[in-house]
Amino acid sequence: MDSYINAGNFLKEVGEIARFTLKFLITWFKPRYEIKEFFKQCYVIGYKSLPLIGLTGFIMGLVLTMQLRPSMVDYGVESELPAIVGIAIIREIGPVITALIFAGKIGSSIGAELGSMKVTEQIDAMEVSGTNPFKYLVVSRVLATTLMLPILAILSDAISLYGAYLGVNIKGETSLQLFWIQVIDSLSFNDVIPAFIKTYFFGFAVGIIGCYKGYNSNKGTEGVGKSANAAVVVASVLIFIIDLLAVQITDLLGYN
Amino acid sequence: MQTETTKEIVLQVSKLKKRFGNNIVLDDFSFELHRNENIVVLGKSGSGKSVLIKCIIGLMKPEDGSIIILGKEVNEMNAEELDKTRAKIGFLFQSNALYDSMTVRENLEFPLRRHWIKHKKEEINQIINQALSDVKLTHTIDMMPSELSGGMRKRIALARTLILKPEIILYDEPTTGLDPITAKEIIQLIIEIKNKYNTASLIISHDMNCVKLASDLVVMLIDGKCYANDTYSNLKNSQDKNIKQFFE
Ligand SMILES: Nc1ncnc2c1ncn2[C@@H]1O[C@H](COP(=O)(O)OP(=O)(O)OP(=O)(O)O)[C@@H](O)[C@H]1O
Ligand SMILES: [Mg+2]
Repeated sequence: MDSYINAGNFLKEVGEIARFTLKFLITWFKPRYEIKEFFKQCYVIGYKSLPLIGLTGFIMGLVLTMQLRPSMVDYGVESELPAIVGIAIIREIGPVITALIFAGKIGSSIGAELGSMKVTEQIDAMEVSGTNPFKYLVVSRVLATTLMLPILAILSDAISLYGAYLGVNIKGETSLQLFWIQVIDSLSFNDVIPAFIKTYFFGFAVGIIGCYKGYNSNKGTEGVGKSANAAVVVASVLIFIIDLLAVQITDLLGYN
Repeated sequence: MQTETTKEIVLQVSKLKKRFGNNIVLDDFSFELHRNENIVVLGKSGSGKSVLIKCIIGLMKPEDGSIIILGKEVNEMNAEELDKTRAKIGFLFQSNALYDSMTVRENLEFPLRRHWIKHKKEEINQIINQALSDVKLTHTIDMMPSELSGGMRKRIALARTLILKPEIILYDEPTTGLDPITAKEIIQLIIEIKNKYNTASLIISHDMNCVKLASDLVVMLIDGKCYANDTYSNLKNSQDKNIKQFFE
């Protein structure tokens, strides 16, 4: 990752990514629509990530609750545990951790897949076969990641909260019903909606970076590995940057 | 040249220039390809042979010069015209470029996805079966490219190249990386295709066996220029040392 330390290269890279994104924004809504490929990608990207996202979500909810309990007990607000955990998961931890896992799994596989297609001239072959490879490969994948990540994040939130419920019950006793009531009561519109909206941007970032890195892969099999690796690194950093921007924007708009 | 001059010109490249930064790859390169003619382009590795055919098919833009395919200038075509022209050209990639994620059948169907090609399901099946039987690999129809050997992959790539019955075929090193026997089969296929479909082909090759068997004419690409343009037997007897080194 030496190249990222060099400021000139960094700016050039940012420019290239911006140009790639712009190309996506002016291409995606124009026909021809690669509907079949889009649904196939939704299946591959969304459905196949479910077990991993579910598992990590569950563990996170459970662990978070167990880690928070001692401090809550110290402050004498143990009964507020479901509310605190619910807010932490819904507002921040659920979306961000899901997005990071998603970047690791999907970003790298898109980077590697498109990278090897580039290196073995499959992208050129599509072009001469009368199919726009940008639409067929990039648009379908970016739309799929953008639409699938929010769904995965919601599912992950739900599984996480279930993990939290088990965490609460390890050393206490709360019925599932009461737990849910406490969680839902503590959440407001401002907790749920901004957190939900930002997952679209996370999904978009993972898709566009994976595609960009793969599409611009260097010749040779080494180039493919680098693309996959860089896709995860850049997408993960971008997720944090988007998270930072999101909190500033919601703060400015007063939705905090 | 023999009687070829009377045949229709299907591809005319003149004064083609292409560079990458300071690296001048093609410099005033010119030649003509006629119907029912096989031309082999011979040149060292890195001399710009792949760049040449990528310019012809419109994957790379040359700095200068003209490429006229079936009477039309490539660099002046709009997207629609370019696509229609590409449909008349078969391109066999150096690395085969079979789509890894698709079966053999889906690979062969891919060039038929063009919106202006309207085939019925049975017609498509028939076209695919014909293409596969031309390369003698009918049984592989539902296999993935990863399940095929190198030579089989090359033949499937060739079948995909032929799927639209192209008038011009561009072969980028069709026999490189294959054993001599498989290489010979591919060369045989190339010759059969020319005779069966009356195509014109541009073949890039280092393989002297391929040059000898498949070429009507040989174009030598040296230092970005068309250094020589003659038949295999004439070039073989040439005393020029630049030419001789290829035939030793
Ligand atoms: N996309 C590119 N960007 C920069 N330089 C390139 C690019 N493609 C090719 N070149 C350069 O053009 C020159 C010719 O490359 P080309 O691939 O045409 O060689 P070739 O004659 O096909 O060689 P080989 O027989 O090894 O396939 C090389 O010096 C290469 O470095
Ligand atoms: Mg080459």
